[in-house]
Amino acid sequence: MRSLDIPQDPHLLVGLATGDDAGVYKISEDLALIQTIDFITPVVDDPFLFGQIAAANALSDVYAMGGEPLMAMNVVCFPTCKLEMEVLEKILAGGLGKVKETGALLVGGHSVDDLELKYGLAVTGAIHPQEVVTNAGARPGDLLFLTKPLGLGIVATAIKGGLASPAVAEEAGSAMASLNREASRQMRKRGVHACTDVTGFGLVGHGLEMAKASGVTLEIELERLPIIEGVLEYSSMGLIPAMAYENQESFRSYVDYVRDPGELEILLYDPQTSGGLLIALPSDKAQGFPWPCIGRVVKGDGRFRVV
Amino acid sequence: MEKVVDARGLACPQPVLMTKEALEEVEEGIITVLVDNVASRENVKRFAQRMGCTVEVLEKDGVFELRVVKGYTCVLPHVQEASEKAKDGPVILITSDKIGDEEELGRLLMKGFISTLREATLRPSKLLFMNTGVFLTVEGSPVIGALQGLEGMGVEIYSCGTCLDYFGLKDKLAVGQITNMYDTVENLTGASLVVRV
Repeated sequence: MRSLDIPQDPHLLVGLATGDDAGVYKISEDLALIQTIDFITPVVDDPFLFGQIAAANALSDVYAMGGEPLMAMNVVCFPTCKLEMEVLEKILAGGLGKVKETGALLVGGHSVDDLELKYGLAVTGAIHPQEVVTNAGARPGDLLFLTKPLGLGIVATAIKGGLASPAVAEEAGSAMASLNREASRQMRKRGVHACTDVTGFGLVGHGLEMAKASGVTLEIELERLPIIEGVLEYSSMGLIPAMAYENQESFRSYVDYVRDPGELEILLYDPQTSGGLLIALPSDKAQGFPWPCIGRVVKGDGRFRVV
Repeated sequence: MEKVVDARGLACPQPVLMTKEALEEVEEGIITVLVDNVASRENVKRFAQRMGCTVEVLEKDGVFELRVVKGYTCVLPHVQEASEKAKDGPVILITSDKIGDEEELGRLLMKGFISTLREATLRPSKLLFMNTGVFLTVEGSPVIGALQGLEGMGVEIYSCGTCLDYFGLKDKLAVGQITNMYDTVENLTGASLVVRV
């Protein structure tokens, strides 16, 4: 995208520049639209659950910006000669269930025949122009919260390899299928400074986007990181998605390890599907926030520090 | 008996699953796994080590050949060599340009320490400089002479590249070589003794 000449406009409150989660366009003094799209390949075997996860993943971008979804459209790539239509029906039912849960409307969609199955949503959300939450507002002293456990990419790889235990697969599945709605509402009540959702680039990648956009450094305490129970078993067996290594390669030079992360290191780079929100809250309003505090924002120049 | 698992062109977790299957079929022996990307190399290596096997990695023309040894208790020649090499002198890790907190005294102590190192009975094999320690290996350092002397005696001197970058000192390096975190980790974990100053 960098080589393209992207038009700017005074109505565009959030565009491509800071690697944020969605575009935000100001319609009037008290209304802005949030626009986002996301679709993914299957991460679990059960089509209904996959539909829920893909939808929660797409809706998450709206919540990361602090908005509420209004309308959604299905995006479907489906291999009609390989899979029964019943599979697609279940996926769409799972997705619709999640859209309904948000209170938004499903208003249509588009499908193409493709070799590999993919599903997701294009979502339009609403927000007050003064209340847009970007990844650029984190300030030294803020506390950092993460609203879903890490290791979702590793578990998805273990599931793909047929080696995930049912209990672990279920924990990961329900984490991925859950909406970031409640976390988004709670953070808004507490005057959130910055937020992003943790997806393909992992905690480090998305954390660095926040650190760079905000002109700060994020300091993460390893011991406080929520992780899917049992995931270290899979990472030690080499059930790690290739993108985790790619993330590590891309971001390692921006990470300072004050202590040896040991076997937890790869989790910092693990790509998350429908991951949690990474939230920077002012410390005086963070008391009792019901998700794990994983560290804090310190002065710095866009680095990620592991303590 | 020797088996070959060709997992080239396959994505995670396929190479691991193929290695798993091959390992389950042998009591003891060597399995050669061929992969063509870093992620698969790392994953197969992790898996094999987790299963208690020894792994040796060779690279040729973009293809990684992992020799996975199951069951034998003997040590591969290069592993033995590495462990013998580690019996050399200690590795010294220097993470500051002074010893202790007091500024002026700290700098004097560091200068004295490095100048005296050449007289150590067990001569260090490597000096690793990190964080503000890299101020000691660049132009203007009071111990350049002493460090060059040590280098002449065969002591390897490494400065952390990230740290030089951070302080904008990369073109000022006056002794030894620039190193990365991988080699630093190898040097520290491969050492029989690390002295941190």
